Amino acid sequence: MNGVVIGTGEAVAFWVLGPIALAGALGMVFSRNAVHSALWLITTMVSLGVFYVIQSAPFLGAAQIIVYTGAIMILFLFVLMLVGRDSSDSVVETLRGQRVAAAVLGVGFAGLVGAGIARATEGLVGTGLGADGGNDNITAIAELLYTRYLLAFELTGGLLIVAAVGALIYTHVERDPGSRRTQKELSRARFLTDRPQTLPGPGVYARATSVAAPALLPDGGTTPDSFATGIEPQEVDQMPRPTGRGQLGSPDAALGTLDPAPLEGTDGGHRP
Amino acid sequence: MTLTYYLVLAAILFTIGAVGVLVRRNAIVVFMCVELMLNAVNLTLITFARSTGTVDGQIIALFVMVVAAAEVVIGLAIIMSIYRTRRSASVDDANLLKY
Repeated sequence: MNGVVIGTGEAVAFWVLGPIALAGALGMVFSRNAVHSALWLITTMVSLGVFYVIQSAPFLGAAQIIVYTGAIMILFLFVLMLVGRDSSDSVVETLRGQRVAAAVLGVGFAGLVGAGIARATEGLVGTGLGADGGNDNITAIAELLYTRYLLAFELTGGLLIVAAVGALIYTHVERDPGSRRTQKELSRARFLTDRPQTLPGPGVYARATSVAAPALLPDGGTTPDSFATGIEPQEVDQMPRPTGRGQLGSPDAALGTLDPAPLEGTDGGHRP
Repeated sequence: MTLTYYLVLAAILFTIGAVGVLVRRNAIVVFMCVELMLNAVNLTLITFARSTGTVDGQIIALFVMVVAAAEVVIGLAIIMSIYRTRRSASVDDANLLKY
């Protein structure tokens, strides 16, 4: 073995992806919205997956992207949507001075561990994995996994089964038979409330296809009942609103699709 | 550039995750920060596997991934059941055992 040789390509990849991973981690901690946190974390995890591939662990790189970003983060987003996306963090600090203390601890910890590792591994020339990190990576992992780590591997299977059954038990809700309300009872209960009819839908008709576009009232205002939960209602540019008979022109005039400078002598019907 | 850079990056990522666990109040985000810490440790393990020239580090990283998956499943199920009873995913509201 002639040691690890880090080429220019790897250095470039490191200096491109390292800041991205750091930015993802910081964005996850600092974004107030939990969904944004999840997306930032996905950024970091994908960069780390590329790092694994670069660092002669192609199998783990693929597993990182498939398992973490593909399964675990989707599970996170799924639960976020179930629990309610608007259950974002409160700004109130429950323990006084906790954030400052945490920041000081973070800087101190990063400094100590980072400097310690940097000093301890300075000039570290590893042996490198050779073929085990390339095409033979899966074979090498399988050989070790099914010989020396066989017991741990079997226990992992047991752990996964226990986790799956445990999740089922935790989230299962036992209902007594007959306790479910019928459609008739639900309808009666709804008519006892202030609003028996459905809420107005979002205004996705004329100039927006987003569910964030609020529905318009006849006077041009927006109706708050049509706001989607958890999304800021967007201001949508509205159709020109004629105020009197005299301003009601052709449909082209109302839509603003006339030529910017119609030719003189023509009445707009003839285009150059 | 040496392998040390990877290790320092992993240390910084681990620290950011730890600070996030301390600072954030939403239980789901706290879980995400724990995931970030596990990922940083995985990066360290893989770097050392490359440095020592054995695949053992990669196998430990694989086990960390599996355990993280199991932990996420159970943790999110617990958060779901807490949310059902308390109508909140904040770690401050799960204080029934406090008094």
